[in-house]
Amino acid sequence: MLAVNFLLLGAALFCIGVYGVIARRNAVMVLMSIELILNAVSLNFVAFALMSGAIDGQVFALYVIAVAAAEVGVGLAMVLMIYRNRKSIALDELSEMKG
Amino acid sequence: MLAAEAAQLSSGWFLENVWLIALIPIVSFALIIAFGKHLPMKGSEIGLASMFASLVLATGTAIQWIQRTNSASGGEESLGMLQAFGRSMPRATEGEVQPFIEPVVHTWVWWSNGPLEFGIGSSASGLSVLLLWLVAFISLLVQVFSLDYVRGDRRYTHFFAAITLFSGGMLVMLMAPNMVQLILGWEIMGLCSFLLIGHWWEEEANSRAALKAFFTVRVGDVGLLVGTAIIFFGANAWAVDNLDSNGFDINAIQAWALSGEANSKFLLWGAIALFIACIGKSGQFPLHTWLPDAMAGPTPVSSLLHSSTMVVAGVFLVAQLYPVFWQAFDIGQGSLTFIAIIGAITIIIAALLAFVQDDIKKVLAYSTVSQLGYMMLGLGTGAWLPAVFHIFTHAFFKCCLFLCAGSVSHSGSHHSFDMKKDMGGLRKKMPITFTAWIISTLALTGIFPFAGFWSKDEIIDNVGNNGYTFLMWVGLGGAVLTAAYMTRATYLTFFGEPRGAAAGEHHGDEHAEEHEMEHISVGAPEPRSLGAAANAHGGDDHDAHDDHHASDGPHESGPLLLIPIVILAFFALFAGLANPTPLASRFGEGIESMKKYVEPRSTPVPFEDVIATGPGESIMLVDGRPAAAPSSEGEEGAKKSGCGFDAPEPGTACFFPSVSHAEPSFNKILLSLGVVAAGYAVAIAFNIAFYGRKNKHLVGLTERSKVMRGGFLFLKNKYYLDALYENVIVRAVAHPIAKGTNWFNQNVLDATVNAAGEGARRTGVWVYDNIDQKIVDGAVDGSGWIAEETGHGLQSTQSGKVSQYGALLFGAAAVGAIVLVLVNVS
Repeated sequence: MLAVNFLLLGAALFCIGVYGVIARRNAVMVLMSIELILNAVSLNFVAFALMSGAIDGQVFALYVIAVAAAEVGVGLAMVLMIYRNRKSIALDELSEMKG
Repeated sequence: MLAAEAAQLSSGWFLENVWLIALIPIVSFALIIAFGKHLPMKGSEIGLASMFASLVLATGTAIQWIQRTNSASGGEESLGMLQAFGRSMPRATEGEVQPFIEPVVHTWVWWSNGPLEFGIGSSASGLSVLLLWLVAFISLLVQVFSLDYVRGDRRYTHFFAAITLFSGGMLVMLMAPNMVQLILGWEIMGLCSFLLIGHWWEEEANSRAALKAFFTVRVGDVGLLVGTAIIFFGANAWAVDNLDSNGFDINAIQAWALSGEANSKFLLWGAIALFIACIGKSGQFPLHTWLPDAMAGPTPVSSLLHSSTMVVAGVFLVAQLYPVFWQAFDIGQGSLTFIAIIGAITIIIAALLAFVQDDIKKVLAYSTVSQLGYMMLGLGTGAWLPAVFHIFTHAFFKCCLFLCAGSVSHSGSHHSFDMKKDMGGLRKKMPITFTAWIISTLALTGIFPFAGFWSKDEIIDNVGNNGYTFLMWVGLGGAVLTAAYMTRATYLTFFGEPRGAAAGEHHGDEHAEEHEMEHISVGAPEPRSLGAAANAHGGDDHDAHDDHHASDGPHESGPLLLIPIVILAFFALFAGLANPTPLASRFGEGIESMKKYVEPRSTPVPFEDVIATGPGESIMLVDGRPAAAPSSEGEEGAKKSGCGFDAPEPGTACFFPSVSHAEPSFNKILLSLGVVAAGYAVAIAFNIAFYGRKNKHLVGLTERSKVMRGGFLFLKNKYYLDALYENVIVRAVAHPIAKGTNWFNQNVLDATVNAAGEGARRTGVWVYDNIDQKIVDGAVDGSGWIAEETGHGLQSTQSGKVSQYGALLFGAAAVGAIVLVLVNVS
């Protein structure tokens, strides 16, 4: 019951994050959306840990937070470099990966 | 009994930490190898320091062992020998049961295999403490001697590393609480003897000698492995049941052998296999041939190898596992044993061989073989204590003799060992070496106050006393021969006219014997220490002995060579007083300190007092109290009962058989002294006639008389044993194998290989035509085409837009998630 609510919240956050990643043009907003996705996953971990009674999930959530911090650091640095080169952080203008 | 009440045995730090004695040289070995070359004395200081530390520890251990033994007697003899002088009690009839003095065991688990655990550590018993001290002492002196003797050698650092490890290996073996560690030390020594004998491997003869020593000893080593395995399978069940130990533990093996429940077949075959190992290691007939060849090594190595390490290992093994041999060969019943026969043969044949050697070191080598024969003869006939005592005294005088030979060759004969060509008349030029040589020779031949008299005569006396009259005469005959060949060597070296190098001649390197460092150091990059340089420039001719090209004629050696010789000569004079049995009737039994402190007491001990010491599964006693006072003690029949004759009471264990000791008698001493004196007289007369006055009847006798010539050649060729081994046995075994292998190689293997090659070629052609061209190439071409087409088809998705990629990613993840849910739910 309580745990199911957590899962529902997690799913909602995940969907919002996915929408942000796909729909937003601003790179910073995309990074924030990715954070939302990660938090949704962490919430799921904690919720499942609550259901199973084992502590593993909570430990994993801590790991996710730590890794997410590093990942945001790298992402923001990339955004910064892109901005310096192009004076813009609009993602739809970036198509150098076109194959 | 008083002793039984206060039987809490004392121990101490040194006894608990005996393992340090062996660990220090082994660690030093690694240090010398790693850092030796960068040190001011090229690593020799580490070797010396380690041997000195070992000697200090061993001395402490010996003192504490004596205290421990004294404490077992309830403090009654705490004043030691001094008080014992007072009571002139008759021997061994006091009715007093002396408690068994348990060894101090300290072990760790080395490795374990299922329920079996192997320990490594130390076990200090009287025998091992005695020999630990002896090895540390002799090794230290030999290393001091080597400082000067091998100075300037190309592999100076490696020499010290190997000789330190060599001593370390012997120490590991001596303190072994179980058979596994004993084998470990035994093999370390085998390896180091190979390294040291072949130290000057540039000359082929030296590396051949090293290989011969290694392989001959290995033949015996097979016996050690097999014997250990046999004893293990025989003893393990008993040891686990009764002592909570295992079949590798040496104390458990001793107890098992005397328990009366030992399977006699296991005992017999185990003892035979173990004794074969001793034949190889201790140079007994018929595997003695490696010992004289081992003279190819530097003299300090020969000295160490022949006095206290290596060759003594075999004797030690027999002495340590004595109950096994005692029971297996029925030594207690006075039967003619394998060990005694081999020992007796060795005494005579080696002594005879010593007569025809021209190399002074080879004379001494055969003398060692012969003396080892005495030790084995003693052990084989129940004379345990005299044999062990002979190890002790022999180490001093034999080491001294070898060092004297080294000194003579270093300073007197221009690095030659040939007595006939390069020696003679050296007694005036080298007075100290000469004096030490004479003292040691008298000790070796068993003249009254010298060390050898007390031990060798004890062996001969006890052999006779235990009922082996014939073997006693063999021993006496050996003593005559010893006196004679030592007279010959002494005469040739120190008396008569100087010859060759001893007369000051210089004659290049044409001698095969001249493999001492002469030509090795030539061309070596002169890495001499400061001390050596100062020495060489000191201007004193006598001290510049390392500079052998500057020496003109023989002179006395320098102090570094002489100090060890003098110390050893001192011990060769007085070491016998450690156990002067013939004096015991006069001064009381307490004067026999070897008997008191070294010989284990044959007292049964209850199982409850024997506990496993945990990790290494070695056994220890809580309390050395005798289980029950043997009722027959003191009676006339006491001699043939007790441990080693009857099975001990149920629930008790014996660790040593009750050996009997001969009553010394004045007549026997006179007999052996007279026999030796006769040997001397004949030999001196003969030598003067033969070598001195060139008596016409004697000179050239071997050319004129067929019988004499045959005998001479027979000896000169060492009974053709080497020829037998190399030409007959090795050839008989190795040649058919080599031939068969060759045939097999040519006809079977080559044919197979050829057929396989041809088959492979044909298969290759077919494979190329069909599979490679059609299937593989087709597949590669086809996959390339598919990739190309797919690429074109998917090109439109690669827009380069991150958000589109993200959408595809999440879309695919969602599809995957849905599939997963459907699969799991349904």
